[in-house]
Amino acid sequence: MSATVELDRVSADFGSFRAVDKVSVTIGAGEFFSFLGPSGCGKTTILRMVSGFIAPSEGHIRIGGEDMDGIRPNKRPTVLIFQNLALFPLMPVWENVSFSLEMRGVDKAARRARAEELLKIVDLPGAGNKMISQLSGGQKQRVAIARALAVEPKVMLLDEPLSALDLKLRQHMRAELRAIQKRTNVTFIYITHDQGEALAMSDRVAVMSQGRLQQVAKPEDIYNNPSNGFVASFVGENNVFDGRIIASQTTTARFETDLGVFEAAFNTPPSSDQKLRLYVRPEYARLVSTAPEASNAIAVTISDISFEGNFINIHATTDQGRVLTVETRNDGSSDIPETGSRRYFTFDAQRARILADETQAAHS
Amino acid sequence: MISKTSRIILNVYVAAFLIYLLAPLIIMGGAAFNDSRFPSVYPWVGWTDRWFLDLFRDTRMWNAFKNTILVALAVVAISVPIGTAAAILVNSLQGRVRTVLYGMMVAPILTPGAVIGISTLLFWHHFSVPSGLHLSTLGQCSYISAFVMLLVLARLQSFDRGLEEAALDLGASYSQVLRRILLPHLYPAIGAGAAIAFFQSIENFNTTLFTRGPYDTLTVYVFSRVRSGITPTINALALIMIAVTLLAAISYEIYRRRHEKVLLARGRGNPDSD
Amino acid sequence: MKELLRRYGLTLTISFIVIVAFWLLVLVILPYIYLFEASFRLYLPIDQVNGPNDVYTLSNYSTFFVTPIHRWVFLLTIVYSSAVAAISFVVAYPLAYYLSKVATNKIVPTLFLIIMIPLWVSEILRSFAWFIILSLKGPLNFALVGLGIIEEPIRWISGFQSVIIGLVYTYVLFMLFPLYNAIQSLDTNQIEAAGDLGAPWWKIHWRVILPHAKPGIASGSVMVFMLSAGSILVPSLLGSTNSRWFTEIIQQWMFESQDWNTGSAYAFLLLLLCTGFVSLVMRLFRVSLSDIAR
Repeated sequence: MSATVELDRVSADFGSFRAVDKVSVTIGAGEFFSFLGPSGCGKTTILRMVSGFIAPSEGHIRIGGEDMDGIRPNKRPTVLIFQNLALFPLMPVWENVSFSLEMRGVDKAARRARAEELLKIVDLPGAGNKMISQLSGGQKQRVAIARALAVEPKVMLLDEPLSALDLKLRQHMRAELRAIQKRTNVTFIYITHDQGEALAMSDRVAVMSQGRLQQVAKPEDIYNNPSNGFVASFVGENNVFDGRIIASQTTTARFETDLGVFEAAFNTPPSSDQKLRLYVRPEYARLVSTAPEASNAIAVTISDISFEGNFINIHATTDQGRVLTVETRNDGSSDIPETGSRRYFTFDAQRARILADETQAAHS
Repeated sequence: MISKTSRIILNVYVAAFLIYLLAPLIIMGGAAFNDSRFPSVYPWVGWTDRWFLDLFRDTRMWNAFKNTILVALAVVAISVPIGTAAAILVNSLQGRVRTVLYGMMVAPILTPGAVIGISTLLFWHHFSVPSGLHLSTLGQCSYISAFVMLLVLARLQSFDRGLEEAALDLGASYSQVLRRILLPHLYPAIGAGAAIAFFQSIENFNTTLFTRGPYDTLTVYVFSRVRSGITPTINALALIMIAVTLLAAISYEIYRRRHEKVLLARGRGNPDSD
Repeated sequence: MKELLRRYGLTLTISFIVIVAFWLLVLVILPYIYLFEASFRLYLPIDQVNGPNDVYTLSNYSTFFVTPIHRWVFLLTIVYSSAVAAISFVVAYPLAYYLSKVATNKIVPTLFLIIMIPLWVSEILRSFAWFIILSLKGPLNFALVGLGIIEEPIRWISGFQSVIIGLVYTYVLFMLFPLYNAIQSLDTNQIEAAGDLGAPWWKIHWRVILPHAKPGIASGSVMVFMLSAGSILVPSLLGSTNSRWFTEIIQQWMFESQDWNTGSAYAFLLLLLCTGFVSLVMRLFRVSLSDIAR
């Protein structure tokens, strides 16, 4: 009960504003796929085009190989879970859940029975006669999912459905959603601006900015091998250095900045007009007492230590006044320097990346 | 924040205002039982029920009564769908079109009833439709629909349009969305609109006067009785009309308050935690 | 339009448009156009209709301008309808203030229920009630004579005083409700802040509450003026020979002279008057139509 979703050079224009620009991606059957990006990046527009509420200005959307052009939302094998869930407040839970069956003319007894089955799947047995206003936030989520499952969709589209929940419940529902997806094997397309959600739940993540795809990859690749500066800085934290390449080998390059010359991983062929930056994640950086033999060391003074629980953030100031961040696990193994002491900020060349600036690294 | 003296003055004023509003109605109602040729409560001549008996024997009154109810029902049947459709239409529009359309819709409310009556009469006369209660119905609908529209429009403001999309997405056809999602949300406003349309129609005089042709409605009947020499039968009729409308208004209010309490209780219902 | 199609599909969209078009065209706009057209034609015997004498002319309107009594009645109708609106405002304002800012939440619904009662009673019965009270042998005179306040019964129903009394009674609620809504929406903290800053009570009203109540005043004035100027029942029941109302002259043309053409010209003047008043108030109070009609 799942289908592939294929976006073939899909664009959406609102007047002169291009919300989505030639997006092509193929989402596998039964995959949990997330679109991740800041608000206004076009991810919601993509979702509404797949569900059929907006027609693409250009390009084609194919679901299970079938072109969806001109097919209305109620005729598509998709179902959308709205950001505010859009549960019908005047109907009890079971009528909400079995609404799609009622629309198909299924008789009442069969609808009730099916509603009860679906409520069991989402762990809400016996809640059928409650009114929507009697439910808690998490219960409403489950009802919305049960209502969507009743359609027996091949593709389920979720528009930030967890954003209204508090932190604890949100984390709980992440695992729940993932479990429901695996159980039902429906293709899930998930929209979010929360990197934690996208990375934790998805099989693959598409990072978007300004209507364009920046990178499509598995969560760990998005984090470890960002394809450009936007992805690197939108997902996770970085120490960023401006500069230019002075010498390059096949996979590394020497990068000159105003804090010195560093060696870092580099695989994009340089083009003359691209602005390049060096990105070093705080957890890949270390603080050492003696200058390492290789390059990649900056003399710093420890200026602030902030204790975050499972990890510790150390702020170190260079002699030029730049503040750098190093993240250390709070496992007792690392030595935590005193504030005011002198150290060297260092990192492995393979763990640091020279990436093109986000605005010019658009996907073509 | 407000001084004691001014609070007392205000309270006295409010009491006086309420007396001012209600005393005329009480005097008029009371006169229905006074055995005096001229309708008045003072001087009190004696208790009588003969004005009611006179009224019930008046076939012209019964005829007018029947006409009034017929017209009122027809007005409800026409103006409620019009007002509802108009509200949905206006609510889906923006900008200049919306402003212009809205202006045209509320214009009849700001037009004197006599003008509506005369223009309705002339328009249909042009197509050789004679005057009569059907014209009164149409004339009344032209402005009563606007009341319904305003009520439904106000209710539409609180409607989450996402619900329509959700229903469509779940496979509902457009008419199913209307019947199952939108209309149930609007029912309270539609019900209130129907009640207002009914009472507005019963009360109407100005529009009816010019369009009624030879037919009587209750207001026209009372008007002609007052002009042709008054007797307390009119007071008897007035008392009955007041009693009926008051009963309807009060029972509606009781229903509304009880309903509100039910909704409130439901809303408070203990949401169990996950 | 696109929005409608997307939400309700073709069939429903067309039905909505057809229903609304029927209302606005057949029940509102076309009748107004026919009224306007008829007002420029002559009242002719049936065999001359569509004949050579059936031409467009301004003569119905010139009748109005050459008949001093009609012009005078028109003017008086404007003056007294404005007076009714003003009196209604003065009477309703303290009550609206009381209901929205002084009365406790518990008592307000009940007060409203009582205040609404006259609204449920038809206009004709309300004027009839005052007809009884004010008549020469009515309870008011009996009471006043009985109490020794006056020696002879007063002829109340004479001139415009009884018409104004009746109109204020009949339409004061149309001033009260918009005023209440407007004052209600004022943040009570603002009133308290003004008092805290040393403003005397009348200044609080003048500088804080009244400016905020502007849309309500506009809405109430328009409704009361329009209803008063267009009233037929109150002037015919509570008026006398020396207090004629413009609607009575329209009635004369329509029913006594059977001259519908001149009647429609006069009706059109009444419509013009009300439209003029609405736009004047909208400009004066700087409010929009949606503030007025609610």
